[in-house]
Amino acid sequence: MSTTNNIAQARKLVEQLRIEAGIERIKVSKAAADLMSYCEQHARSDALLVGVPTSENPFKDKKPCIIL
Amino acid sequence: MCDQTFLAATFGPCDSCGKASPLMNIYVKNEPINYCSFCVEMMACQGLQSGETLTSLKKESENLKKKLEEERGKLTDVELHQVAEKVEAVAALSIKTRRVLKGHGNKVLCVDWCKDKRRVVSSSQDGKIIVWDAFTLNKEHGVTLPCTWVMACAYAPSGCAVACGGLDNKCSVVPLSLDRNENLAAKKKSVAMHTNYVSGCTFTSSDMQLLTSSGDGTCALWDVESGQLLQSFHGHTADVLSLDLAPSETGNTFVSGGCDMKANVWDMRSGQNIQSFDSHVSDINCVKYYPSGDAFASASDDATCRFYDLRADREVAVYQKDSIVFGASSVDFSLSGRLLFAGYNDYTINVWDVLKGNRISILFGHENRVSRVRVSPDGTALCSASWDNTLRIWA
Repeated sequence: MSTTNNIAQARKLVEQLRIEAGIERIKVSKAAADLMSYCEQHARSDALLVGVPTSENPFKDKKPCIIL
Repeated sequence: MCDQTFLAATFGPCDSCGKASPLMNIYVKNEPINYCSFCVEMMACQGLQSGETLTSLKKESENLKKKLEEERGKLTDVELHQVAEKVEAVAALSIKTRRVLKGHGNKVLCVDWCKDKRRVVSSSQDGKIIVWDAFTLNKEHGVTLPCTWVMACAYAPSGCAVACGGLDNKCSVVPLSLDRNENLAAKKKSVAMHTNYVSGCTFTSSDMQLLTSSGDGTCALWDVESGQLLQSFHGHTADVLSLDLAPSETGNTFVSGGCDMKANVWDMRSGQNIQSFDSHVSDINCVKYYPSGDAFASASDDATCRFYDLRADREVAVYQKDSIVFGASSVDFSLSGRLLFAGYNDYTINVWDVLKGNRISILFGHENRVSRVRVSPDGTALCSASWDNTLRIWA
């Protein structure tokens, strides 16, 4: 019984690997450049990265006003 | 807990020869069939090309694996952190705990943000799910489920329902009512049925479809209204612990990671496994797409987080340090994708620079393992869930 399982599994594995070997790939340098440009484009709107003024961030508690 | 039952034995009439005997429940092209063991043998021997044996198939798979490595290697002209040298380093971050959400009676296992950027739903080992308003700390809804270890919870895109699942092997959808007095547990609707625990769930682009991952080694897409199974995804050889849907602009794919140390990318329509990555050396606890949809990160029990680019089809960064020896349980990206927040079993959250590969800072505060980290939809805050029974909002 274990032999048939192994054959079926092995056949499935070979088919899967054939599919994976055949996909289109790009160079890492191009992929890295695209990732970097995405980061740069969106960096300004990333509140956790650049920080937003306390008045605009709903989670940052505003300092209590002192009325003189 | 990781009990796999791939070939569950049942007794009854065989689909092929009609004789009553112990049946093997197996899947052929995503269709479940129940054959007796003799018919399974016969079926496996059919279609074997002449000369095709176990050894020849094994050799072919080895060759294909080598070819795959070669193809991937050919395109590795440079490393990500080398390209990132010309990018400015990240300035010191001013992220602190701004809210502590107390109310669960036991370990908080999962958390998800609502699209309105202020509500979160959390699920816990105590069998409860709670919907919180993160600005005011108000608990808006609480639902008690009949099972403990609710390992997965998700907010519907409309904000009108939440999905949850865990050791009950099901994923249920609970509509959220504005009426405080209404018993939400009564309106709970079971949608997904697995043969082992549900480890992760997420709605697709609408409230109508639910994607789940399970300890039975499969992922599945369900229609919420009818509970019908629309597509199932087979390929993992052990429990699937996590899944993440690709950001909507990039189409119908999702990534899953599991105890077989593999991260697989799937096509939702065909059920086909399109890419697979196996560089981790221990269970993958969490997978998360990069905001552009062209890459994803994974967190593993091997104390590393890794970053994979889908178009280059390879791992492009490893986030690790000799001083980090505890497994990472969860990862999420900041809005721009520059920061990677990773929760670890040593009670901390490490913030990594995705491009340069170095650790920027450590967030301390939790008093037990961090089970889940999630960045809010507009990127203003990070919510972390922990085994210390609390959730923290960091901003």
